[in-house]
Amino acid sequence: MIGLTHYLVVAAILFGMGVLGLVANRKNLILILMAIELILLSVNLNLVAFSAYLQDLVGQVFAMFVLTVAAGEAAIGLAILVIYFRSRGTIAVDDVNRMKG
Amino acid sequence: MIAAIVFLPLLTAAIAGLSNRAFGITFPKVITTLGLFTSCILSWVIFLGFLGGHAEAHVEPVLTWLRSGTLDVSWALRVDSLTAVMLVVITSVSALVHLYSWGYMDEDPDQPRFFAYLSLFTFAMLMLVTADNLIQMFFGWEGVGLASYLLIGFWFKKPSANAAAIKAFVVNRVGDLGFMMGIFGTYLVFGTVSIPAILEAAPGMAGSTIGFLGARFDTMTVLCLLLFVGAMGKSAQLGLHTWLPDAMEGPTPVSALIHAATMVTAGVFMVCRLSPMFETSATAMGVVTFVGAATCLFAATVGTVQTDIKRVIAYSTCSQLGYMFFAAGVGAYGAAMFHLFTHAFFKALLFLGAGSVIHAMHHEQDMRYYGGLRKSIPITFWAMMMGTLAITGVGIPGIFGNTAFGFAGFHSKDAIIEAAWASGGTGQLAFYVGVFAALLTSFYSWRLMFLTFWGKPRWAQSEHIQHAVHDAHGHGHDDHHAAHDAHAHDDHHAHDHGDGTAGYHPHESPWVMLIPLVVLSIGAIAAGFVFHGFFIEPEAGEHFWHGAVAFNEHLMHAMHEVPVLVKLSATIVMLTGLLVAWLCYIRSPQFPAQFASMFRVLYDFLLNKWYFDELYNVLFVKPAFAIGRFLWKRGDEGTIDRFGPNGAAWVVARGGGITARLQSGYVYTYAFVMLLGLVAAVTWAMTR
Repeated sequence: MIGLTHYLVVAAILFGMGVLGLVANRKNLILILMAIELILLSVNLNLVAFSAYLQDLVGQVFAMFVLTVAAGEAAIGLAILVIYFRSRGTIAVDDVNRMKG
Repeated sequence: MIAAIVFLPLLTAAIAGLSNRAFGITFPKVITTLGLFTSCILSWVIFLGFLGGHAEAHVEPVLTWLRSGTLDVSWALRVDSLTAVMLVVITSVSALVHLYSWGYMDEDPDQPRFFAYLSLFTFAMLMLVTADNLIQMFFGWEGVGLASYLLIGFWFKKPSANAAAIKAFVVNRVGDLGFMMGIFGTYLVFGTVSIPAILEAAPGMAGSTIGFLGARFDTMTVLCLLLFVGAMGKSAQLGLHTWLPDAMEGPTPVSALIHAATMVTAGVFMVCRLSPMFETSATAMGVVTFVGAATCLFAATVGTVQTDIKRVIAYSTCSQLGYMFFAAGVGAYGAAMFHLFTHAFFKALLFLGAGSVIHAMHHEQDMRYYGGLRKSIPITFWAMMMGTLAITGVGIPGIFGNTAFGFAGFHSKDAIIEAAWASGGTGQLAFYVGVFAALLTSFYSWRLMFLTFWGKPRWAQSEHIQHAVHDAHGHGHDDHHAAHDAHAHDDHHAHDHGDGTAGYHPHESPWVMLIPLVVLSIGAIAAGFVFHGFFIEPEAGEHFWHGAVAFNEHLMHAMHEVPVLVKLSATIVMLTGLLVAWLCYIRSPQFPAQFASMFRVLYDFLLNKWYFDELYNVLFVKPAFAIGRFLWKRGDEGTIDRFGPNGAAWVVARGGGITARLQSGYVYTYAFVMLLGLVAAVTWAMTR
């Protein structure tokens, strides 16, 4: 029987992979966008799992909203990425250090 | 009327000073001079009222100044005969000096500032003499100090003028400290700063003691001596006199107004104003006499060897102030004020005359380069002659039953010398010192006259004259001096015309400079004879002073009973001084140099002004510099700066350097830190 715990564990693993992708990735800005997406998905999984567990539809509705927002976010992120590539000629994370104090 | 006298100079000073050059150069000159002449006329009206005996002493309130507990200080203008005398002296000399400055400062670009300062000074001095309480007197006291500082340093491009101005200010601080302590002490003892109230209560305080640091002192002696320290500073008495000769760096009209006729006499005025207070302490009176006599002697000896014409007159002033002080010290306040009065006229005359000579000699001040000027500038010569006759005390003593008759200084100086003899005690000492100083006075005054106006011209050696001649030959005569010290004295073309004149022709000063000389000459001739009755004669004096000073009628009587030899002494030494000066500078001009080489030590001692400046340098200036340097290098830079601002800055810079390394600029680092923070926050929130 697959219970709530299993869903939560999967979501936690997804979340940890997302965070690691965000923090440990030094190659590619697209990977960062994908890692963010992964984090959002793990959260969605949590929302849906709790929704089923608590017999409450609000969680699933919320998951829909999160998906929508994530799509918009991805679109904006990619647009920025394209502009950035045009001006700098690279999307390698190691080269993106203009915020250095 | 008194308000108009006092505040007109302030008003005109404000207009002239604040408008600066908005109205051009002539307007400020006209308005300040007119204001002063108006004040002067009104002052004479008041003075003549007191002479006539129908004016009453009164106090005219102006404003409440400050009121705190029992301390009640108001601006008020006090008018009595003592004030009236000072009013006349101040406004007359000031008005004439304003007029004189039209000519003397003619080529100076900063004339509005100069005239504003002169009027400001006059206002401060008038506030001083009309003061009804010690605080207002102190206000005037500091005001004249400020104006003196500004005017000594008027040619602020000259480093020597700046140094002299600072020296005058700093030395006066020493005296002012004494004056302030005196005021504090007076308030402590009497509970008021009002002068009439203090003078009324003073006799009751005689003999009481005051405790300080476990010792008991006579109250009145302490207070009087503290106040007298203030008087010593302002009046350049021995010990605090060093600023006065240096103050000659200022323009000559300033020397005449401030450093001869008015400001330096403020100390004498103060002692006379507070005379009932000084009367209560024999010790304080003794000190006043002693300091006055010592100054008189010291300044007269130094005056005999100086070569700068203004410095000779400056030391002469110092010496005459000594006379005034020992006159006050022996209780002859009337005589002190009388000498102050006559001295103002003839000393201002001598200074303005010296200014006229300097003007004619192209700003050369060294008498060794003068000579034979009698023919070139006759009016100045005669004015200076009147001044010299007045200061040396030429006159016919009244020993044959006739009325004594002579120039201004004759009446006042003889009165002081006779009063000193008549008072006995310390006064006897002061008498001998005074007579000896009179001999020296006569000698240095005639030496000045002979070196300047007699003999052969010795102008060729003067760099100033060489410049003048050079300029005249080179490119016209209009752009000379004003800032004559600015351009270097590097060319030494001696135009040898064979007669020592270097082809230079001194010109008589313009009429605006000669009119004050003529007016003051009249004062120098007549002031003594006309006014001596009111100032020092027993009955008339008592009536004139009417309690404004502690008039000692008994002493004034005793003055007339002194032996004939005492009466004649001043005249005898005057003639001796004249004879010696004549021998030394007309008959055998090589003699002074021989004398100087024979008594090299004495000559150097006098030439270096008794080594006072050197002594003060070692005693005060050097240690002050050392302390300053220690506090600066060790205290400020080594401790406060090192551990204070610099230390804090060092910590911030180092800390910033370390934390700046965290700012890698990579997004993932920031994200990681954010994550850590978030985890920490959540953990805290959950485990709380």
